[in-house]
Amino acid sequence: MEYFLQQLINGLTLGAVYALIAIGYTMVYGIIGMINFAHGEIYMIGAFIAVITFSILGIVGITWIPLALLIVLIVSMLITGLYGWTVERIAYRPLRGSFRLAPLISAIGMSIFLQNYVQIAQGAKIKPLQPMIRGGVELMKGETFSVTLSYLQIIIMMMTLLLMLGFSYLISATPLGRAQRACEQDRTMAALLGVNTDRTISLTFVLGAVLAAVAGVMVSLYYGVVDFYIGFLAGLKAFTAAVLGGIGSLPGAMLGGLLIGLIEAFWSAYFSIEYKDVAVFVILVVVLIFRPTGLLGRPEVEKV
Amino acid sequence: MAVAERLRDAFLAALVAAVLALPLIGFETIDTGGPLGIKTRFDYIAYSAIAVFFGRLGMRIAFDWRRRSREKSMQDEAATADRKELLSDLGRKADKWLMPALIAFAVILPMMPFASRTVVDLATVVLIYVMLGWGLNIVVGLAGLLDLGYVAFYAVGAYTYALLSMHFGFGFWSSLPLAGLLAATFGVILGFPVLRLRGDYLAIVTLGFGEIIRVILLNWQSVTGGPAGISGIQRPSFFGFPFSADPPEGTTAFHQLFDLEFASIHRIIFLYYVILALALVTNIFTMRIRKLPVGRAWEALREDEIACTALGINPTNTKLTAFAIGAMFGGFAGSFFATRQGFISPESFSFIESAVILAIVVLGGMGSQAGIVLAAAFLTLLPEVAREFALFRMLAFGAAMVLIMVWRPQGLLAHREPTMRLHPAGAKAGKGAP
Repeated sequence: MEYFLQQLINGLTLGAVYALIAIGYTMVYGIIGMINFAHGEIYMIGAFIAVITFSILGIVGITWIPLALLIVLIVSMLITGLYGWTVERIAYRPLRGSFRLAPLISAIGMSIFLQNYVQIAQGAKIKPLQPMIRGGVELMKGETFSVTLSYLQIIIMMMTLLLMLGFSYLISATPLGRAQRACEQDRTMAALLGVNTDRTISLTFVLGAVLAAVAGVMVSLYYGVVDFYIGFLAGLKAFTAAVLGGIGSLPGAMLGGLLIGLIEAFWSAYFSIEYKDVAVFVILVVVLIFRPTGLLGRPEVEKV
Repeated sequence: MAVAERLRDAFLAALVAAVLALPLIGFETIDTGGPLGIKTRFDYIAYSAIAVFFGRLGMRIAFDWRRRSREKSMQDEAATADRKELLSDLGRKADKWLMPALIAFAVILPMMPFASRTVVDLATVVLIYVMLGWGLNIVVGLAGLLDLGYVAFYAVGAYTYALLSMHFGFGFWSSLPLAGLLAATFGVILGFPVLRLRGDYLAIVTLGFGEIIRVILLNWQSVTGGPAGISGIQRPSFFGFPFSADPPEGTTAFHQLFDLEFASIHRIIFLYYVILALALVTNIFTMRIRKLPVGRAWEALREDEIACTALGINPTNTKLTAFAIGAMFGGFAGSFFATRQGFISPESFSFIESAVILAIVVLGGMGSQAGIVLAAAFLTLLPEVAREFALFRMLAFGAAMVLIMVWRPQGLLAHREPTMRLHPAGAKAGKGAP
C-alpha cells in the first residue's frame, strides 16, 4: 500500500511534466494541424537554459532559492519562447498551405538541427545540477517503507496546476484565446473577420514553448541531470499523451499526460523498468483501437 | 523595399539571433566535479549575430530579385504558360529518361577508373537508401500512409538474417525471402489494428512501433545480444563460392572459380551488384504494381478515401497490402545490410534512420522514382562530404532538410499524378480536368 502510494505520487509528478509538454503539441496541432516535431527539442533547450542560468546564479551568489527559481523560470520562459517563435518563423511559416507532409519533414529537420546545435554548443556530456530543494513531507510511515512527498514534487504539481488553470482561462476568456479558437475552427474565415492569423499562430508556438520551458526547468531540478538527447523521448511521450487524451483538446492533453506518467511509474515499479516505454505505446495503441479520437477528442465528421 | 527598411529587418533578425545565442552559445558549462563552472564566449554571439545580419540581408535581396524577375516574366503570359508546361514536362520526362540514365550509370560504376573501394562502398550505401526509399514510397508516396517507423521493418529483416545464419546456418539467398516474409508479417500485425486510424494517429503509432522494436532489441539480451548486437554474421558468398583468400577445404573461392588474383574488392563489387539488383527489383515491382488494380486502388485511396469506400474498395485491406509490401522491401534491405556489415546492433535502427528514409521520399517528390534516387544520393553523400567537419555534419543535415522543404515543398522532382488516366497526359482533352 505504501509502495503503491509512493508510485502514485511519482507518477503524478512525471505526468505533470508530460502534460505541460503535451499542451504545446495539442495546441499547435489544433490550430494548424501539424505535428510540431521539434517541440521536444524546445523542451530540452528550456532545460539547458535552466541549468546554465542556475549555474550563473550560483557563481554570482544569488542562492536564496525562491528568488533563484523565479529568475530561472523567467529567463528560461522568455528565451525558450523566443526559440519557439523563431522555429515557427523559419521552418513552418513558409510552408503554410503546402501539402501535409512538408511541414512534418521540416520539423524533423529542425529537431535534428536543434539537437546537434545544443550538442555542439554545450558538449555531449551529461550536465549535472546540484540538488537545491531538498526534504519533503513524510505522509505515511510503514514498517519497511515510508511514503514521502518531496517539496520539489509539491512545487512541480502546484506549478502545473496553476499553469493549467491560467491556461484554461487564457483559452476560454481572453481575446487571444478567442482568436486561437477561431483559427482552429476555420482559418480563412477568422482572417476574413479580422483575426491576425499569423500572429495568433506565432503566439500559439510561443505559449507552447513557454510551457515546455517550465517543464524543462522542473525536470532539470527533479532529475538533476540534463543532456542534449532528453528532448526526443520526452517529446515522443508527450505527443503520445496528447494523442491519448484526444489531440486538439486541452483537458485531453492534461489527462493524457497524467495517464502516461502513471502508466510509466507503475509499470517500472511492478513489472520491468526496461519495457516501460513499450507499455506506454501499447496502451496508446489499445486506446486508439477502441476510441480512435482519443479519450476526450471529439469524433471528426468527414463531409464530402 | 527601401534600403533602410531592409537594414532594419536584418538588424532585428540579428538581434533575435543574439538573444537566442546568449545562453547556449554565450556561456559554456564546464565540469568541475561540484557545481558546474561557467566560461563566457561572448565573441561567438557577435559572430553569429553578424552572420545572421548579412544572411538575412542577402536573403531578402535574393527574394526581391526573384520576385521582380518573376513579375517580369508574368507580364509575358505565353512565356509563363510555356514555363509551366516545361516544368510539368520535366517531372514526367525525369522518370522516363533520367531513370535509364541512372541505371546505366549504376551498372558501369564499378568499372569506372575512379571507382576505388571507397567509391563503391559509398555507392552501396546510397543504393541501400534508394531501396529503402522506394520501399517506403509504396506506403507513403502511393498509398499516402504516413509511416514514421519504417526502420522497424529494416531491423526485423536484419535480425532475421543474422539469427537464421547464426543458429540455423542459413545462407543469404535462402534467408532473404524469409526475412521479407517476416517483415511483411510484422507489417500486417502492426497494420491490422492501426490502419483504421486517421493519418496523424497512424504516424505516431508507427513511430511508437519503431521504438518498441528498438527497445525489445536492446533488452531481449538472450536472443538479440542487447546493446552489443550480433557480430560475426556470415558474409555473403558468390552463390556458394566464398570470397576469401584461403577458402576452407573442399570449397572453391570466387577468385579460383574465375581464375583471378584474389582481391578484397571483389566482395565489395559483388555486394554492390546485389543491392543494385535488389533495388531494381523494388523499382520494377513498384512500376508494375502501380498499373494493377491494387496499385490503382492505393493511389485512389491516397486522393480520396471516402470516394474509394463508396466505389467498393476496402480501405483497410488495401492499406494493409501497401503496408505489408513496403515492409517486405524494408526487410530485404535489412538482410542485405546485415550481410554487408557483418555486425548489427540496435543503434543502427534508431528513429533518425526512419526520419532520413522518410525525408528521402518526401524530398524526392513523393511518388517520383527518380527523385528518390537523387534525394537518397544527396542525403547520404552530404554527411560524407561534410565528414571533415564531423561535428557539424548532422547540424548541416538538419538545416538542409529544413531549407530544401522551404525552397521546394513539393520535393525535388515533383510529379504527383495518377499513373492511369482517362485521357493521356499532355493531350488537350485531359488538360481542363486535373
